[in-house]
Amino acid sequence: MRDVAVVAYSAWNGVEHERNEVEILMPVVRDVFDKVGLTKNDIGFTCSGTSDYLAGQPFSFVSALDAVGAWPPIVESHVEMDGAWALYEAWVRLQHGDLDTALVYAVGKSTMGDLLDVLALQLDPYVLTPLWPDPVSLAALQARAYLEKTGKTEDDLAAVAESRGRRVDRASGYIASPLRRHDCPPITDGAAAVVLAVGDRARELCERPAWICGIDHRIEQHQLGARDLTRSESAKVAADKAGASGVDVAELHAPFTHQELILRDAIGLNGATINPSGGALKANPLMVAGLERIGEAASRVLDGSAAKVLGHATSGPCLQQNLVCVMESR
Amino acid sequence: MTEPLVAPHVLEWGYTRSLGPTLTAFFTGLRDRKIVGAKTKTGRVIVPPTPHDPDTGEDVDSLVDVSDEGVVETWSFVSHPRPKQPLDRPFAWALIKLDGADTAMLHVVDGAIETGSRVKAKWRDETVGYITDIECFVPA
Repeated sequence: MRDVAVVAYSAWNGVEHERNEVEILMPVVRDVFDKVGLTKNDIGFTCSGTSDYLAGQPFSFVSALDAVGAWPPIVESHVEMDGAWALYEAWVRLQHGDLDTALVYAVGKSTMGDLLDVLALQLDPYVLTPLWPDPVSLAALQARAYLEKTGKTEDDLAAVAESRGRRVDRASGYIASPLRRHDCPPITDGAAAVVLAVGDRARELCERPAWICGIDHRIEQHQLGARDLTRSESAKVAADKAGASGVDVAELHAPFTHQELILRDAIGLNGATINPSGGALKANPLMVAGLERIGEAASRVLDGSAAKVLGHATSGPCLQQNLVCVMESR
Repeated sequence: MTEPLVAPHVLEWGYTRSLGPTLTAFFTGLRDRKIVGAKTKTGRVIVPPTPHDPDTGEDVDSLVDVSDEGVVETWSFVSHPRPKQPLDRPFAWALIKLDGADTAMLHVVDGAIETGSRVKAKWRDETVGYITDIECFVPA
């Protein structure tokens, strides 16, 4: 295997009323290049994670490429998934041996349409989507199952919200019982970009590359009612395969409070600092928040404050799919 | 002056899609007010049915009828339904394990429930072979 490292990371989160996806992405790409003194001409492979469903337009990812510039022609790919999976593809592509650098980016303007209806479209088109279950309600089914199985309470969920910087209001009504507003992610626009580099090229580009020592992703079976929603077997397997033991910092992509507890049970993060960035309860831009978890975790190695870190990304309803990326200093 | 050429342009899906043998049986069953599950070679009954055993990837063994009545495994009460959702009044989403099934299916419940409550399908007067042929479940 070739040694691949994160050498730079940049992101922007907010609610954007003026700029389109390309305009949100452009300064982020510029910033990540500036951090390592590169231009697009230095990049061997570009891979993106965006959603055509947010734009309501097929192949909208092609216009997002304008933020990078695709002339002269570049080597490029795209996933209709969180940018964390674009990073996985870029890591695989760098294993081919002919390229030394990759740009990975993700952009999502979640506020553009009705996000809850858009996310109902990711479900089984025959038995689920015609009922239009929204992701908060589905997460609530998981939350209740988890609380009733473990004996934990809504106060335990509120404690997670509080530790991620959310203002907790136990008297507020339910959005979907047992979840209150502070248990749910905000609807956020955002963009993130990561530069990957191989071996000596990584050492040239930054002082403390965040070397990817393990990366793996796994998926649960298709039907929500056919799996145990109270556990995350796929996150556990991915974490085991990626070698997740002994990390100092973990950034978990847990959009809902109970999901952080399920992921902590699955991954086993004894003593690790969890989500110093605030995680997805602070900002959850669709297609971006998972790549941000990897970028935020990598930044703790890049800035010298941690030796071994974990970035996790999830996709789909109720932690359907999970990716774990473990990085270390050397 | 010649007439401009005119050609029709209709936005459409230029294909139809078959549901395949397993889901065809499920939706045909709904039209007949029956719920069909898939029995795996290990004897587990999956509802709604899948063509393959999710644990092993093997083809399922057979299709079997299950009850339209079952038990609530988990639920969430929604006070403000969204416009496209099945009911326009407060309702509960629920994962319901039907009698004879080993997995739970998602639908909505009209009425007060808790985990373990028994509920029964309320069928529409006219059924057409959609998941919404079940208008909702109600306490049994």
